[in-house]
Amino acid sequence: MYKILRKEVFSPIIKLMDVEAPKVAKSCRSGQFIILRIDDQGERIPLTIADYDREKGTITIVFQEVGKTTEQLGAMEAGDYIKDFVGPLGEPSHIENFGNVIVVGGGVGIAPVHPIARDLKEAGNNVIGIIGSRNGDLLFWEDKMREACSELHVTTDDGSYVRKGFVTDVMKEIIEARGKENIALVIAIGPQPMMRACCNVTKEYGLKTVVSLNALMVDGTGMCGCCRVSVDGETKFVCVDGPEFDGHQVDWAELSKRGAYFRDEEQKSKEMRNHTCKCGCGGGK
Amino acid sequence: MADAPKAKAKKIVPTKNPMPAQDALERSRNFSEVATGYTKETAMAEAQRCIQCKNTPCRQGCPVEVEIPAFLKLAAEGDFAGAIAKIKEKNALPAVCGRVCPQESQCEKYCTLGKKHDPVGIGRVERFCADWELSTGVNVPETAAPTGFRVAVVGSGPAGLTCAADLAKQGHKVTIFEALHVAGGVLMYGIPEFRLPKAVVQGEVENLKKLGVTIDVNSVVGKFATVDELMEEGFDAVFIGTGAGLPYFMKIPGENLCGVYSANEFLTRTNLMKAYLFPQCDTPIKIGKKVAVLGGGNVAMDAARTALRLGAEESWIVYRRSDKELPARHEEVEHAHEEGVKFALLTSPTKIIGDENGVVKAMECLKYELGEPDASGRRSPVAIKGSEYIMEVDTVVVAIGQGPNPLVPRTTKGLEINRKGNIVASTETGATSKAGVYAGGDVVTGAATVILAMGAGKVGARSIHEYLQSKKA
Repeated sequence: MYKILRKEVFSPIIKLMDVEAPKVAKSCRSGQFIILRIDDQGERIPLTIADYDREKGTITIVFQEVGKTTEQLGAMEAGDYIKDFVGPLGEPSHIENFGNVIVVGGGVGIAPVHPIARDLKEAGNNVIGIIGSRNGDLLFWEDKMREACSELHVTTDDGSYVRKGFVTDVMKEIIEARGKENIALVIAIGPQPMMRACCNVTKEYGLKTVVSLNALMVDGTGMCGCCRVSVDGETKFVCVDGPEFDGHQVDWAELSKRGAYFRDEEQKSKEMRNHTCKCGCGGGK
Repeated sequence: MADAPKAKAKKIVPTKNPMPAQDALERSRNFSEVATGYTKETAMAEAQRCIQCKNTPCRQGCPVEVEIPAFLKLAAEGDFAGAIAKIKEKNALPAVCGRVCPQESQCEKYCTLGKKHDPVGIGRVERFCADWELSTGVNVPETAAPTGFRVAVVGSGPAGLTCAADLAKQGHKVTIFEALHVAGGVLMYGIPEFRLPKAVVQGEVENLKKLGVTIDVNSVVGKFATVDELMEEGFDAVFIGTGAGLPYFMKIPGENLCGVYSANEFLTRTNLMKAYLFPQCDTPIKIGKKVAVLGGGNVAMDAARTALRLGAEESWIVYRRSDKELPARHEEVEHAHEEGVKFALLTSPTKIIGDENGVVKAMECLKYELGEPDASGRRSPVAIKGSEYIMEVDTVVVAIGQGPNPLVPRTTKGLEINRKGNIVASTETGATSKAGVYAGGDVVTGAATVILAMGAGKVGARSIHEYLQSKKA
């Protein structure tokens, strides 16, 4: 059992938790993920590590409520226990001194990009951060990102905070202003369409772009192959070969179709959670 | 307790007591255990069939060296407590072995009675004794005085559990590290509930804990710590039994379409995550009307039979050789037939075809004929030119085998690995190229059986014990 030590509510659907998991905290590195299972009936879901404290033995996760499990998790409070919490899984981010690196965090993707930005800066890079969300209410960790990056640019889709525009708009402006030859690498983490859009932009400039994929997973240790994705025409497992890949090589269409395969079941599961009756159907569990 | 006069034990009963089972059609739609088990009376009657011959050839067929005639004698007398204690001297997982061991190619193959008649149903009596104990309360075997040595066992499948049990009995402090959230490995994620109820596996795991074995679930060795780090932290020896957890694919076009599962994924969703109880359990599985399982081994049979239970209208085994070459146990093939699994033999897909949503709708298959025997001694399949045809399917399960999971081999310094990625370890001792590190089971041999992995666990435990004794000296 893994205790939730702290909960922070960023918005009605985006929440943070510090979870006591000393084994994971001791050895994890930025870019890796964990898998959790709330209870005995629960499914295993992967979440990228947003931060960690080796001394306190905690892992920070930030998640958006999109389905049954994340909604159930969001309803838990500090002091509650998560049944299973395993990690660190996946390969860590490749960190070295590249020079000027653009780091993009979109929506809930701001969380996993944060420790990568911090490590890159520590390794001597000039880290140009861009964070964005649909509106100002959904934006979080502007302060932490400002600290982790050498400079930070903030945008919102609807212009309700700082400026109007997608992260790709900001990225394009920066590349144009500084010259593509002065950018060594782009790292983009966020919802699939956002990462794909970023890759479309950087491809035009010939800028290498690393993305962190969120595929469906079961075990997360390379055993089931549920998370397979085509990268440069080769099948890779996101859980053990990734989660980070060269975004220009990823077959996004396939990834998006595979991600949608269980949509009906996910909907049903979500409805069951919000359905309370005493007929024994398992609703309201 | 009934007494069994010695004279009576010599009387030959030619046929095995049949194993009661659920009706084939009924069971093909539920997940309850297929074989329902002997009663006390049948178990005694079957045990009494053993003629207690002098040379006990059955024992040579048992990878974990169970004293078969001795336990049968006790069971024949109705002394099930004595019988199970006798079995457990050698076998830590009798309820599992009684169900999934291929007895026909092991103990029962060598049974003296079996030369002219049916062999004694050794596995069936073993199962009864184990179930009897699980339902009446377990006697914990005695353990030796603590030695002060600590051993890490990586993986809690049949090899790891057996190794841990034997080491614990010798007084060593054992910690098992399991990657998943529950112990049992393939016994939990792979073998279906209807062949091996998960409550039975957990019963055996609980017995192990009573021996003083610590089981750390959610612990992926190679990730939270490497084997080297475990040894630095104070483990005196390590046994690696991480199994064959890497699914192989056909490498044909369309394999990443939605609706194509590896057998591992298909079975893990169903068994470990209990997707057959969705939405009461959160993990879903999607099953089409017509399912094709590629492969002909035990895992393929498990997947094809599982597909029927999940609601498939048709479940097909697609295998490129003929029925004679099917690598699955005869009994499993028979059960599959009885339940209505269909067989497309001498057939192999060349590509999987999807619809506009990227979901499987058909396979293009090629017909084969048998040619000359290959290296394995089986006649190799040869494709018939121009025999392509379309088989409409909406779910495909790839069950063509598994390789060793690379997580531990890749992260352990100085561990010799072969071309296929298996850990190189001695069959006699389990010793690897690294001092203090032993390995056994599928990670060494490639995908094999539960009992062979258990045998390797036993060998590993014996060597580790000797290694620790020498360390003390």
